[in-house]
Amino acid sequence: MAKFSNKGKKGVPALSTASLPDIVFMILFFFMVSTSMRQTDRLVTVKVPEASEIAKLERKDLAAYIYVGTPVPSMQAQFGTDARIQLNDSFKTVNDIRDFIAAERETKSEVDRQFMTVSIKADENVRMGIITDIKQELRRTSALRIMYNARKAEKNN
Amino acid sequence: MARPVQEINAGSMADIAFLLLIFFLMVTTMDIEAGLQRRLPPMPDENQKVDDIKINRRNILVVRINDADRLFAGGQLLDVSQLKDKAKEFLANPANDENLPEREDKVIEGFGSFAVSKGVISLQNTRGTSYKTYIEVQNELVKAVNELRDEFSLTNFGRVYSALDEDKQRIVREAIPQNISEAEPKDTGRNR
Repeated sequence: MAKFSNKGKKGVPALSTASLPDIVFMILFFFMVSTSMRQTDRLVTVKVPEASEIAKLERKDLAAYIYVGTPVPSMQAQFGTDARIQLNDSFKTVNDIRDFIAAERETKSEVDRQFMTVSIKADENVRMGIITDIKQELRRTSALRIMYNARKAEKNN
Repeated sequence: MARPVQEINAGSMADIAFLLLIFFLMVTTMDIEAGLQRRLPPMPDENQKVDDIKINRRNILVVRINDADRLFAGGQLLDVSQLKDKAKEFLANPANDENLPEREDKVIEGFGSFAVSKGVISLQNTRGTSYKTYIEVQNELVKAVNELRDEFSLTNFGRVYSALDEDKQRIVREAIPQNISEAEPKDTGRNR
C-alpha cells in the first residue's frame, strides 16, 4: 500500500486495513458454507438441455445421479465417442444400474428411502434409446421417482 | 525473561484468509439441482394378467416424436411451439367438444364439485429421438398444465398457482391433474 504524500497541511489519514481480514473471513465463511465439493470426477461431458418449467430438487441428499454423455476427450481413446453411462466413478452399462440403485438405497435412511430421486443428467445430444433403457431398468428396480436434469431457460412467451 | 510478550502482527491474516477464500472459490460448485420431475409407472408384473384398461379414444392424445425429431400430436404434424396450445385445448375442453376428452364431475375436498378432465397425454418416442427434443416436448406439455393451473387458480382464488398455500395447491392439482404418461417403449426406429 503506497502512502500518499501529504501535500495538504492536514493530510488524509491512512486508510485502516485492520478490518480487511474480517471482511475476507466473512466472504470465506459464506463460500465454505455454500460450497458442495464435487464428489465424483466427471468422465463424460454433459450439457443438460434447457427447459423453462423446471422445479428444484428439494432433498439434494436423497438424489442418486446417473450421468449420460460422450466420454471426455482423454477417455475417448479407450472408450470411444459413443454415449456412455457413468455411475459413481466409472463407466457402467445399463445392467449395472440395478446394483447402483441398491447401493444408493442402502446409504439413505430407512424413512427417506421411498423419496429417493434418481437424477438423470444426460447430454442434450444423446439419443433416447439409452435413456429409454435406463428408464426401463429403473422401473424394474422400482426406483420410480426420476428427474430429468435441465437448466433454466428464459421464458419465451 | 521479563520481556513483555510481543504482539503478533495480524497483518498477514488477510493474506491467509484470501488464500483460503480463493481455494473455496475454485472448488465451489453452485449448480442448483433442477429439472423436470417425473414418476415412472411401475413395471407390470409378468405373472399378472394384463388388465386392459380401455381408455376411450377421445381421452388420449398421442404425442409421437420420430427419429428425425419430427413431432406428431394426434396424428398431425406439429411444430414444438404449437404443441402447448394443442395440449391446453385437449386438456381444458371448454366447449365440451365431442372429440376432446370427457370431463367427469368429481368432488374435491375443500372446493366442491369440478368437472375434471379425463384426458391423458401419451408421449411416445423412438430410440433415435434426440434427448434435447424429448425434453423440449416434455417441457411444453408441463407448461400447458402449468398454464391451465394458473388460469384455474386465478379464476377461483385470484392468485397464481405458485402463490397459493399448500391446501389450495392440492385443490388445483386435483382439479387439473398432470396426466402425462410415458408409454412402454416400442421397438420402432433404428437401433442406435
